[in-house]
Amino acid sequence: MSTSTSATGGQAPDSASVDKERRTTIMVAAAVGGAGVVAAAAPFVASFAPSERAKAAGAPVEVDISSIPAGEKIVVEWRGLPVWILRRTPEMLQSVKKADPEVADPNSQRTQYPTPEYARNEYRSIKPEFLITVGVCTHLGCSPTGPYAAGSSAQLGNDPGFVCPCHGSTFDLAGRVFKNKPAPDNLAVPPHKYLSDTVVLIGDDSKA
Amino acid sequence: MAEQKSQYTGVLGWVDERMPTLMAEYKKHLSEYYAPKNFNIWYIFGGLAITVLVIQIVTGIFLVMNYKPDASLAFASVEYIMRDVPGGWFIRYMHSTGASAFFIVVYLHMFRGLMYGSYRKPRELVWVFGCLIFLCLMGEAFFGYLLPWGQMSYWGAQVIVNLFGAIPLIGPDLAVFIRGDYVIGDATLNRFFAFHVIAIPLVLLGLIVAHILALHDVGSNNPDGVEIKKHKDAAGRPLDGIPFHPYYTVHDIFWTAIFLMLFFAVVFFAPEMGGYFLEWNNFIPADPLTTPNHIAPVWYFTPFYSILRATTEQFMIWMAVGTIGMAALLILTISHTLVRAVVPVATILLLLGYFTLDPKFWGVVLMGVSVLIFFGLPWLDQSPARSMRYRPGWHFALMMVWVVAFLWLGYLGTQPPTPAGTLVSQVLTLVYFGFFALMPWWSRMGTFKPVPDRITFVAH
Repeated sequence: MSTSTSATGGQAPDSASVDKERRTTIMVAAAVGGAGVVAAAAPFVASFAPSERAKAAGAPVEVDISSIPAGEKIVVEWRGLPVWILRRTPEMLQSVKKADPEVADPNSQRTQYPTPEYARNEYRSIKPEFLITVGVCTHLGCSPTGPYAAGSSAQLGNDPGFVCPCHGSTFDLAGRVFKNKPAPDNLAVPPHKYLSDTVVLIGDDSKA
Repeated sequence: MAEQKSQYTGVLGWVDERMPTLMAEYKKHLSEYYAPKNFNIWYIFGGLAITVLVIQIVTGIFLVMNYKPDASLAFASVEYIMRDVPGGWFIRYMHSTGASAFFIVVYLHMFRGLMYGSYRKPRELVWVFGCLIFLCLMGEAFFGYLLPWGQMSYWGAQVIVNLFGAIPLIGPDLAVFIRGDYVIGDATLNRFFAFHVIAIPLVLLGLIVAHILALHDVGSNNPDGVEIKKHKDAAGRPLDGIPFHPYYTVHDIFWTAIFLMLFFAVVFFAPEMGGYFLEWNNFIPADPLTTPNHIAPVWYFTPFYSILRATTEQFMIWMAVGTIGMAALLILTISHTLVRAVVPVATILLLLGYFTLDPKFWGVVLMGVSVLIFFGLPWLDQSPARSMRYRPGWHFALMMVWVVAFLWLGYLGTQPPTPAGTLVSQVLTLVYFGFFALMPWWSRMGTFKPVPDRITFVAH
């Protein structure tokens, strides 16, 4: 700020002297310029979306399931997600039946994480023996631990199942969430199909 | 412009003739900025926040010289800094301790504002800029925490990014958009690095300038909450004010020295602070296939995180009761037709939302509101006296109840979830929100002490 202000400072023009045509030109120029700024912003915003490389990384995974011992779970990586394959024993399947009244969505009706048609049954699987599910909690994406046997986890009580370490959601041995837990949905079932009796393809369920 | 002879001589005179702004601003903000002379120890935290900011910027620059923002190299590069870079451990521990110190200092700074009504008219903008700074700090801390690419980095980011996934309709796509991948990955690490080292710091610096300029326009509040500008001497200087420099610069330097002693005691002897400043699980490289058995955010986020966890299906009933109670209170005490028309409609919409959308979504909303509600304080607080000194004793007691709720929520947020813990955090969540939501009513009630015309000050 100067200390020697000139006496003949700028004067605001009175309204009669406003050049209407020039004002219109300024407004049009500002609008066109604004559109240009929006257009220029588009590629910056778009750069946040997954890159072509990230999209291509989602290729299906083949897994040989013949060597999984009964009652055990293996974890395979598909699209960077942990996919669980649990070979259920007859007792485990029995526990799933027993849990029907205790789970929030026994028949997988909710659509947030749609369960594929072929898994929309009590055991949530094509073959009751093998549970194939994404081991990511539908609450905020942690990976639950388990399977715990009945009575071995305080949070599960007398049911066997999985427990999410982050916010305490619990799931039965079909990946169905128990009632009144933070997670709203059952664990997702990834698209998958059996290539033979012992080989399953995760990430692709096309019929052809 | 006419040549003007400067009042200064030598080099300063030469500069002053060419750039008078320099000395004008020095006077405006330091040597002739009149601050109330009754500042107490609560007034050191603004200056300390600047000190910590400088520490973070300087150590941050040096960390970037050796850090690699790449999912396959990041964890190892941090360990490289810790073990192989000469002095690297010191720089990194200063930076990690600085993060926690920043929040300690800022929380105390905000508590001061709460105690003395520093956000009241005409200082609303000072407070709003301060709240924006707080949001930036939270962003800065969150983005920075992913960079070491440990287990807590990874799963913390996973949880927080998935919060956005709870938004109806657009949520899942928005989460992918934030991550730049279907899971937290290299793309996420790179963009968080960009936010942490340049985008947010630039915004933060701008906001700090705005915070200080807004403060210096209206002048500082003080423990008595009275305006010192009401009584000025012949030269227009507040009678109860003293120049910031040298009086408060010396005062602040003294306390900065004390602060730095404590700060470096932590850096040297307890940089992990028992797992609170640096979580144990973060010394394990990120593993997308296994979540650690107990994950919790760093301590400064845990009060808000507890509120998120407290929002379960059972809690929705309590939220509904609270919402109906608020609506009834608004309708009964405000006889404005607009209020009477809008409140019932909004209440019904909210209640419908509570029981149709997932509790998970409302948890995210409550967590957001628990931070954003601070912005509303200048308008929620309707007390006739600014400072707690002249407000009814139970006002202060109520504020301390809120402080205890905040700290207790923070403690619960560091612990694994248990049914009892969830119940307690639900009660505390109601206390937290009740304190703010009912403030327009309770802050007017009780017997206020007479507010003095001038500050109370005993020379020492």
